[in-house]
Amino acid sequence: MATATARAAPRAGILARPVAPMGIWSWLTTIDHKRIGILYELTAFIFFLIGGLEALLMRSQLVQPDNTLLGPGQYNALFTMHGTTMIFLVVMPLSAAFFNYIVPLQIGARDVAFPRLNAFSYWVFLSGGVLMNLGFLIGAVPDMGWFAYSPLTSSQFSPSVGVDFWVVGLQVLGVASLAAAFNFLVTIIQMRAPGLSFMRMPLFTWTTFVTSILIVLAFPVIAVALIELMFDRLFGSTFFNVTPAAAGAAAAGGDPILWQHLFWVFAHPEVYILILPAMGIVSEVVPVFSRKPLFGYPFMVYAVVSIAFLSFTVWAHHMFTTGLSAIAMSFFAASTMLIAVPTGIKIFNWISTLYGGSIALKAPAMFALGFIAMFTIGGLSGVMHASPPVDTQQQDTYFVVAHLHYVLFGGSIFALFAGIYYWWPKITGRLLGDGLGQLQFWLMFIGFNLTFGPMHFLGVDGMPRRVYTYSPGMGWELWNVVATIGAFVIGVSVLVFIFNAFKSLRTGERAGDDPWDGMTLEWTIPSPPPHYNFVEIPTVAGRNPLWLQKHPELAGRHVPGADPIATDTGHSGSEGSGAESHDGHHAVHVPDPSYWPLFAGAGIFVAGFGVLLSAGGNLSLLAVTGVGLFIVIVSIFGWSLEPVNEPVQA
Amino acid sequence: MQQVASAPPAHPPTHVEEPSTGLNNRKVLMWAFLGSDCMFFGALIVSYLVYRGRWQGHPVPTDVFDIPYTSVSAFALLMSSLAMVLALAAIQRGDIRRLKIWLLTTAGLGLVFIGGQIFEFTTFGHEGLTLGGNTGGTTFFVLTGFHGAHVSLGIAWLLSLFVQAVRGQMAQARSLDVEIAGLYWHFVDIVWIIIFTVVYLIPI
Repeated sequence: MATATARAAPRAGILARPVAPMGIWSWLTTIDHKRIGILYELTAFIFFLIGGLEALLMRSQLVQPDNTLLGPGQYNALFTMHGTTMIFLVVMPLSAAFFNYIVPLQIGARDVAFPRLNAFSYWVFLSGGVLMNLGFLIGAVPDMGWFAYSPLTSSQFSPSVGVDFWVVGLQVLGVASLAAAFNFLVTIIQMRAPGLSFMRMPLFTWTTFVTSILIVLAFPVIAVALIELMFDRLFGSTFFNVTPAAAGAAAAGGDPILWQHLFWVFAHPEVYILILPAMGIVSEVVPVFSRKPLFGYPFMVYAVVSIAFLSFTVWAHHMFTTGLSAIAMSFFAASTMLIAVPTGIKIFNWISTLYGGSIALKAPAMFALGFIAMFTIGGLSGVMHASPPVDTQQQDTYFVVAHLHYVLFGGSIFALFAGIYYWWPKITGRLLGDGLGQLQFWLMFIGFNLTFGPMHFLGVDGMPRRVYTYSPGMGWELWNVVATIGAFVIGVSVLVFIFNAFKSLRTGERAGDDPWDGMTLEWTIPSPPPHYNFVEIPTVAGRNPLWLQKHPELAGRHVPGADPIATDTGHSGSEGSGAESHDGHHAVHVPDPSYWPLFAGAGIFVAGFGVLLSAGGNLSLLAVTGVGLFIVIVSIFGWSLEPVNEPVQA
Repeated sequence: MQQVASAPPAHPPTHVEEPSTGLNNRKVLMWAFLGSDCMFFGALIVSYLVYRGRWQGHPVPTDVFDIPYTSVSAFALLMSSLAMVLALAAIQRGDIRRLKIWLLTTAGLGLVFIGGQIFEFTTFGHEGLTLGGNTGGTTFFVLTGFHGAHVSLGIAWLLSLFVQAVRGQMAQARSLDVEIAGLYWHFVDIVWIIIFTVVYLIPI
């Protein structure tokens, strides 16, 4: 990372090191993976509330036919921002929060491979989220759907700069996701504790690893698609434009279907980027709360890997109504059905883990069980869409809305709440109230099914999605009322969670190191973990190392004579150069805070803002982008001249 | 060269424990980035191929290509890869003088390529191939333009290594810095071989 030329302490690089241990600057300059995880979690939760409010507004509009609460334009803006927010600003960063906080703990590392790049990811994510939502301030909200189909996005049909906010915001978010994915990929490949081979890694670490690969391979494609769209809108290129740019010119000859291909080559792997971390969380929670090791661990791993591979071969099942050839449709139908096989393996393995276990129905387990049930329903309706004739019937109806919410809300969000209840005591040192957790679960479970269950019926009855209202007498009134009631029940369940969180922070029961009798390395250290995580880097002798130590009978097989979690004193610290300090403890070296990730993130914000300023037609305002990029370049120089650690004074 | 005496150890003091694979973290990062960049250029090349031969109006890219001219600049870029290899070999031997020579040669050949591309774009523009004219101009300029941006970034990277070498900050122990820059540089070269073949050479 740093060029690490030996320089005079204490000041290395352009700026003096930030040193405040507490307070706002310590958070702005932190490169501690745990603090960054908390920042991700809080930011994503705020976006979750925003996206939820957008959903409640839409449900309020649809509660009765011919309602006039929202106009069609406002409704378009709301469903666009709801989808974009929930995918890119809620589920992905909530997963990233756990990647950040938990993965280094699960692999026995003191931080990620590139701590400053990690901070950079967060600040760029925040910039992208703000840029995406800036349109609300000037009344130019993206309103073309989260898929942004061409030619609706062309300057001709969407002259408002709302589309540009979406393009720039998503591009910036892509940079953040890529930076984070590179970091976790390298962290998991390189920084596993001794003995922690790949086939001993906890499933959540596995899904983080595979998700990172998916991000690394899928996000460049959306980056290209967004660049092409931006060029079409700003510089008059003709990637997706069918009609000529100027009157009298020849037809531009662009093909809108190209956008759909590029978008879905990205967006179908994106679906698995959203669900695989959730599956990883469930694979952690289910064994701990049924007190059995995960059933069929190798098959779970192979299933994750094959889902990831197949996810790149199914994109055109989103495009069955665009006139693909029969051969193409057959291929994509078959590959889509094939992906149900590894998914089914996972579901049956979770059920087999539960079978014969002594199940403790605590709040994390409830959410995990809710995940399995709801995700199965969503998966089954997904297999229905794999058939082109069935899909043609269901295209653009509420049946699809029901399907995607069963996998993304009933799936991802339920699992993320399972993760929040499971790891909250590790992060804060206090338990969330289990009674309130059960209440939240049942409210959310009932509200969720009231909202999205009826959408199956509405869809089969032909109610189209993305339309702001409907006529009376279509037979859709009852189920729309039910769905709206359900949505508000979900809203109440989120309020219960917020209450529970504040209550836990003030008066919650102290958790101790290992409140759930856990099986992975994060439960071997104090809650909340110290800055350096592990005093000594552990050595791992098998899967579920903590159970191997505590309950060899639970962990499956016992390795005779091997200490399941040895601490290898000869190993740790030697490379960390912290060496032994005077009082005999290891002086653990953790990376020092830095201003540069924050500044680089701010530079990217300015650069994106410059593109938005020029989107009105005045391309000279791209100079602002130049200023932003200059800030980024200066920051990268400052960054590379600054060693990761201040040199230790002898 | 007194700085060389105080050159940092091969593994600078960081919090990083011994890596699980024995590879260097930054090198793994660069390989992951290159994998990602494959998909980036893949999407741009596919965008070109989708419209290839379906262009409307004239001129289209094949009307204006000057293959002998572009072959020369492509040759310069390919030779820069050789210079890059020699730069890495030099620093691995600890030969900082040759490192400087070959880094400068690599960057210089890259600049020849970029200069050639600027001239080519200008000429094509005069002949009527524009970004907004038809899908041929659109996909050609954006694909080759982004490749040119990659080459330019590589030149800046090589020159910053060169400046550090001139200032006496490079030593044998830092050969990894040159190796990683080299990975990037070779990748950008390989991408050009593909673009040159697919866009210029294969007839429609």
